[in-house]
This record gives sequence, C-alpha cells and structure tokens, in this order.
Amino acid sequence: MSGRECLNRRGRGERTRRARRAPLLLMMCFACVALADLAAAQVTFDRLLHSAKEPQNWMTYSGDYSGRRFSALDQVNTTNAPALTAKWVYQTAATGKLETSPLVVDGILYATAQDNRAFALDARTGRPIWMYQHPLPGDIRPCCGRVNRGLAILGDKVFLGTLDAHVIALDAKTGNVVWDVVAADYRTGHSFTVAPVAVKDLVVIGVSGGEYGVRGFIDAYDAATGKRRWRFYTVPGPGEPGNESWEGESWKVGGAPAWNTGTYDASTNQIFWPTGNPAPSNRGEGRAGDNLYSNTLLALNADTGKLNWFFQFTKHDEHDWDATQVPVIIDTASDAGGKHLIVQANRNGFFYVIDRSSGKLISADPYGRTTWSDAKDAEGRPIANQNASPTVEGHTVCPGALGTTNFMAPAYDPQTGLFYVTARDQCDTFSTAPQAYEAGHAYYGSAYFPSEEAKPYRGFLKAIDPATGQVKWKFEHTSPTWSGVLSTAGGLVFTGDAEGNFIAMDAATGKPLWHFQMGGAVYAAPMAFAVDGKEYVAIAAGSAIYTFGLP
Amino acid sequence: MASTRDRIGLRVLVGLALGLAVSLAATWSRAADDRNPLAGDPKAAKAGEYQFRINCALCHGLGARGGGRGPDLTGAQKKHTHSDAEMFQVISNGIAGTAMPANGTNGQGVGMTDEEIWQIIAYIRSQEVKAAAQPSGNAAHGKELFFGDGNCSMCHMVAGKGGRVGPELTSVGGSRTREAIIESVRDPSRRLAWGLSEATKEFPQEYESVTVVTADGKKIKGVTLNEDSFSVQIMNMNEQIFLLQKDQLRSFQKSRESVMPKYDADTLSDKELEDILAFLIGVGAK
Repeated sequence: MSGRECLNRRGRGERTRRARRAPLLLMMCFACVALADLAAAQVTFDRLLHSAKEPQNWMTYSGDYSGRRFSALDQVNTTNAPALTAKWVYQTAATGKLETSPLVVDGILYATAQDNRAFALDARTGRPIWMYQHPLPGDIRPCCGRVNRGLAILGDKVFLGTLDAHVIALDAKTGNVVWDVVAADYRTGHSFTVAPVAVKDLVVIGVSGGEYGVRGFIDAYDAATGKRRWRFYTVPGPGEPGNESWEGESWKVGGAPAWNTGTYDASTNQIFWPTGNPAPSNRGEGRAGDNLYSNTLLALNADTGKLNWFFQFTKHDEHDWDATQVPVIIDTASDAGGKHLIVQANRNGFFYVIDRSSGKLISADPYGRTTWSDAKDAEGRPIANQNASPTVEGHTVCPGALGTTNFMAPAYDPQTGLFYVTARDQCDTFSTAPQAYEAGHAYYGSAYFPSEEAKPYRGFLKAIDPATGQVKWKFEHTSPTWSGVLSTAGGLVFTGDAEGNFIAMDAATGKPLWHFQMGGAVYAAPMAFAVDGKEYVAIAAGSAIYTFGLP
Repeated sequence: MASTRDRIGLRVLVGLALGLAVSLAATWSRAADDRNPLAGDPKAAKAGEYQFRINCALCHGLGARGGGRGPDLTGAQKKHTHSDAEMFQVISNGIAGTAMPANGTNGQGVGMTDEEIWQIIAYIRSQEVKAAAQPSGNAAHGKELFFGDGNCSMCHMVAGKGGRVGPELTSVGGSRTREAIIESVRDPSRRLAWGLSEATKEFPQEYESVTVVTADGKKIKGVTLNEDSFSVQIMNMNEQIFLLQKDQLRSFQKSRESVMPKYDADTLSDKELEDILAFLIGVGAK
C-alpha cells in the first residue's frame, strides 16, 4: 500500500469515529512510509513556533514566523544545483496570474490558485488528494487579478481568504468546508488575496481594497469556530489616536489595506503587519494629514489586536506606495550588538531597518532608483520633496506606482547575512484627476502611466546587507519580474522571471547556476521542502506549480 | 396554424418578459446594448478619459492617438471594431492573437466595470476624427517606391510581398496616425516599440537591434525576435534566424538604434514620402 492510498483512507474517516478507528488505521499504515504517520499529526502552534526543528516542512507563507523565506535544507547546494531537474508539474486549470506560495506539511502540499481554488497534493508526485473551489459572485472587485497568495494551516484545518471577503476553514484531509465567515461586504471593494497567518489558536488576515476606498482592517478569527476575536482598523475612527491625521470625513474611505502577510515574534507576542496606501491612492487633496495608519508597520498584541507601536514609512502617500512588503524579523549576533530588528524593502525604494522592540527607525537607505526624497526627518525617515506630488499636467517620479518592489516575497539568509529582494527601476508620470468616492468603484484620484524618459524599465534581484543598507550584488533580469525569492542553507537563492525561467543563483555572488524554462511568467514566490529525505524546490508559474529536485 | 402562431407568440412574450427582467436586473447589460448607453454624454467621456489613461494609454497613447505598441484609435474606421457593442466585446475580452489583453489582465489599474468600459467607449468616440484628411500623394508612385527605389520592401511586407526583418505594414495606414508613420520613416529610432508588459509577453517581438559575436568569432547583426536572461533569437538582415545561448557568445550587445536607416529629405523627399503614405493609407483602409 502506498503512502497516498493510506492517507486517503484516513481522510475518509469520520471525526467521531476517528479515535476508535485509529489503531486499525495505524496497523494498516504500518507498512506505509513515514510520511503517512506524520500526516496524522496535528499542526500545533508549538510546531509552527518551532518550525526550525522540521526543515522538511514549510508550514507558513514565508516558511516560518520570521518572514525570512529561508530553508535550512542543504541537500541541493551550489555544487549540485546545475543538476536540478523537474520532478512534477501540477496544472491548476486556472487562468491569469498565479501568486500562490505552497505549504508542505508531512508530505502533503497545500496551495491555492485563481478564483479561490485550493488543493492538496502528494508532494512527491503532484497527484491531487482533494480540490476545492469557493463559489464567487459575478461582481467581485479584485483590484489586480483574481489572485490568492496561499493558505495558513493549524490543527487539522487550512485557512483561505476569498475574493468576496470570506474567511474559510477547510478540513486539511478532505478539503471540506469546516466554517465560512463573511468578514466584509465585497460590493464595497473588500476582498482577501493574502495568505493568512495562524498564531496560537487564531487565524490572522488582512483585507484588500485600497483601490476602492475601503477602511482597512486586520482580523483574527478563532481557528476552531471562525468566531472573530479581534479586529484592528488600520484607519482610526473618531476619538481614537490617529484619527486627527485625516481631513474631515476622509478617514471613512481611507484605505490602508493589509493585503500581504505579516510576521510574528513569540518572545514579545507581537504580530507585525504592514499596511497599504491611503485612498484615493494618488491624490492627497481632501485627506490632508499623515493618514495613519496607511503605509505603516503595525506591532499588534497577538491576543487582543491592540496596537503596541507603529512606524509609518510614507506619510500622506500620493504614489500608491503600499508598505505591504513582508516585514522580516532579524536578530543580529551578540557580537554585532544582539539587536532585535525588523527590516523591510519598501515599495517606495528605501530599505528600512527598525528596532522591533521599540519601533524606532535605525536606518533607511535607497536600494533602487528614487527621486521623491532628498531629505530625512528627525527620526531618519525619508520625507517627500516639495515637488513630488502628482500634478494636473503630470509629474514624473521614481519609483513609479508599481514601486521598487511590490508584493514579491523577499528572503533573508542568516548564513550570508544578506536580504534578497526583487526590484524594479521604473518611473511613472503621475497626474491628478479629481474623483468622487463611489462605493465599489475604483478610487485612485489620478492617472499614472510609465514615463517615456525613464525607459527601459529594468528588473533585478538585489542582495542587500542589512548592516549597511548597501546593495552587495545584483542580478539584472531581461525585464522586471514579479517573482519572490527563496534562500536555502545550500548557499542558493531561487527566483523566477517574467520570461518564465526559474533560476538558482549563488547566494553569495548572484551568479546563476541553473535555470529551467517553465513556459509562463512568474508572479509567485518559491519555497522548499523535503519528503523521504529528498529536497524539493517548488514555484508557481503560468497556470501550474512546478517542483524540482536532484536526479 | 393559428394556434401554432399563438403558441409562438406566447413564447415570444414570455421570452420578452424574461429578457426584460434580465436587462432590468443587470444595469449594464452586455448583449442587449448595441449602442453605448452613455453615448454622447460629455461627463461619461470625461470619466472615460481618466479610465483610458489608466488602462489603455500604455499602448494606445495619450489621446488615443496610438503609442509605440497599440494602434491609433482616433480614426473612424477601426480594424477590429465598428459598433459600440463590438468595441465593448474587444475591451472586455481582448483580441485573440494580438497583444490586446482582456479587461483587467494588463497589470495596470483594475478590471473595469461595464459602466467604466462604456465610459471609455464614449471617450474614444469623442476623440474620433470624423473626416480624416485625404492623402495628397500619388499612391501608385508610392507603391513603386515602396517596392522599388525606396527599398522599403527589403524589410517590410505589405499584402504578402516584401521582407520580414521589420514590422508588417499592410494595416499600418489604418492603425497609425500620419504623423506617427512620418516620424517612423524620418527618425525610426525615436519611438522604437518597447518591450511589452508582463501580461502580454507572449508577443515579444521588439525590433531592438542586436549585435553578437559567436564563440567561433562570427558576427551577427539583426533584430531580436525574443530574448530572456539565457537565450536570444535574432533575425539578421538576410532573414536568417539564429537561436543562441548567451553563455556561448563571445559578446552580446543590444541597441535602441533601429536597424532601419533614417530616411532624411535627401534620401526621400517630402513629395516621395507623401506618395508612400498615400499607398500605405490606401492599403490600410481596405
């Protein structure tokens, strides 16, 4: 009996009878590979917390709570990487951009695809175990593609946020819906594209909809029941601190969505979650003030959702520079000061290093082409030049609206000490266009288009040294890519490109060691796992998930 | 017979009632409207201009006058669309086999609502030049020049005749402005088409010029058909196609200087250029 058959039998077992049947199943599985036994194990919070103990698994969006997207697996390394070969491909049957970052737990790969598909596969073969698709209404408002970036897992459930703003728990063994709650009204532009994070007994998720003038929020749901435990509105209401940073009633449609996955620090029980642009995204008139907590890193108490501290990257943003990039937790060695840091390569073109105990900024250095800021405030925060605002005639600013980076997941390799991020050099001409808020309609307040003089747009993978803020090496792609980055203990970084290549590079130098043409552009982030002692690297491209390993 | 007709009548009535209910249910019904419900509404056209700048101008240029990539939309005659309904379909679904993407897939802006698409159509209609100036040149002479002394057809094809190194020009007279064609002849490098945005990468030809030296010292100069970080496809001036691995090349150099020579007034007089324009516009209008 193969491990997979064994799993299927287990999957069919009813909850109430599971205890009674367990001994029999265990006997049946006696001959199965270890993977099946492991699959029976619950994904406890303790396992998530100590994910470093099981590097074969990839149990959160970024691989662990720190957001490093670093795999401790080293079977595939700088010596043998040129021998990498495709192992399996899973076609999702979906069209459009595929942004998912899979999870792998005990030999099962869980991922999502467009239009809120979710599925579980045998991670060794790519053969499906179950598939689920959430039925979506015809008039959803996904701003930027009918995408989803992945699942969270806890206990015996996986968690999915949907384009019509539901949060859904699926039985990890069957894909059956365990609970399904509506977080907000999709008709006013609310949606979920983010991979949630499971912390303790909670599922934490941030809303999308900055393009539609939603009032952003971060929610935490009871993983067992779906009951909402807390909500943090990223735009403070009247009487709350920060509400004064909005002109008049503008806070009501202030945006500040939270559409990318945050990180968690167990030692302080804090969730770090970044937020996006104020709305309307490219017109500051009518929302005078800093517009808290747009483009901000929030440090929230994981149990209560109460705000401990915040750091706003771009005040009163008029260029759509969502600060939603994964904030990565880094601890420097004791001989380097033993600092507890959180770092972010921001869409506005600066790389920020922040003390995560206090929220104080340590450094902010440009890592791409920036023209919007020539000065810093007393805290060291880059501040916008007088003439950086969009104008009626159009004004060119770098980076453009797509940013120096965007949602692409970065990686941090504790061995090289380098932070790897996909970067783009593109400038845009921003022009204002008055636009009244209308519920459920795009709410930009301006138009922007690529600036002719700033062509060509260039795309890079950059390796930044967080200690200095300097770019240590860069690899130039043929054109800008939307791929995320994975680093591994094998001394490698993996990334994809817009032309469909999946590339392994030497993490120390950026030298490409291997590539594979997948036949579809990459919008997703790679991850690594192992089954039966064999290391695999996976990435979504085109309409499929590709997995690679050694021959 | 009468009863059959009555039954048909009943069916039609039921059908009509259902149809009415459906159109009432959908504020902006796609199939039912042959004509833009916002036609002639200046406010809608203004809103459409804004949508156009976000979603269309990247390829079609500001003012819909054509960009480096997409056709000029200010002509009353369009290749793919005539009625408002056809235009709606094209914006919604894209054009198969071309770089025109379906609504919401171009990576810029959001997927537009039906109302916003109608606004764009109202805007495009407001930009149309009703009576385009008739070309003053001699089309017959222009044809002779194109296929003869002008050397255009060495690289460009019109109606199945000509070369392959440069863009096919059969429909250029109908899809580009006169000014854009003149500029492309007088100063071909000025607006050499840029690479496509990610969503339309399947149409990669860029006409960037490239010069490589192979491992055995052979120099190849031509245009890129396709390129990624590891490989490049080149067509040389003799229309030979080379499929090359970059790591096996001695040198690789790209340039934004078009392989097409500048046709200044000494090479091609204004009168001769007018004749070629008349030829291209005549072919393109067909």
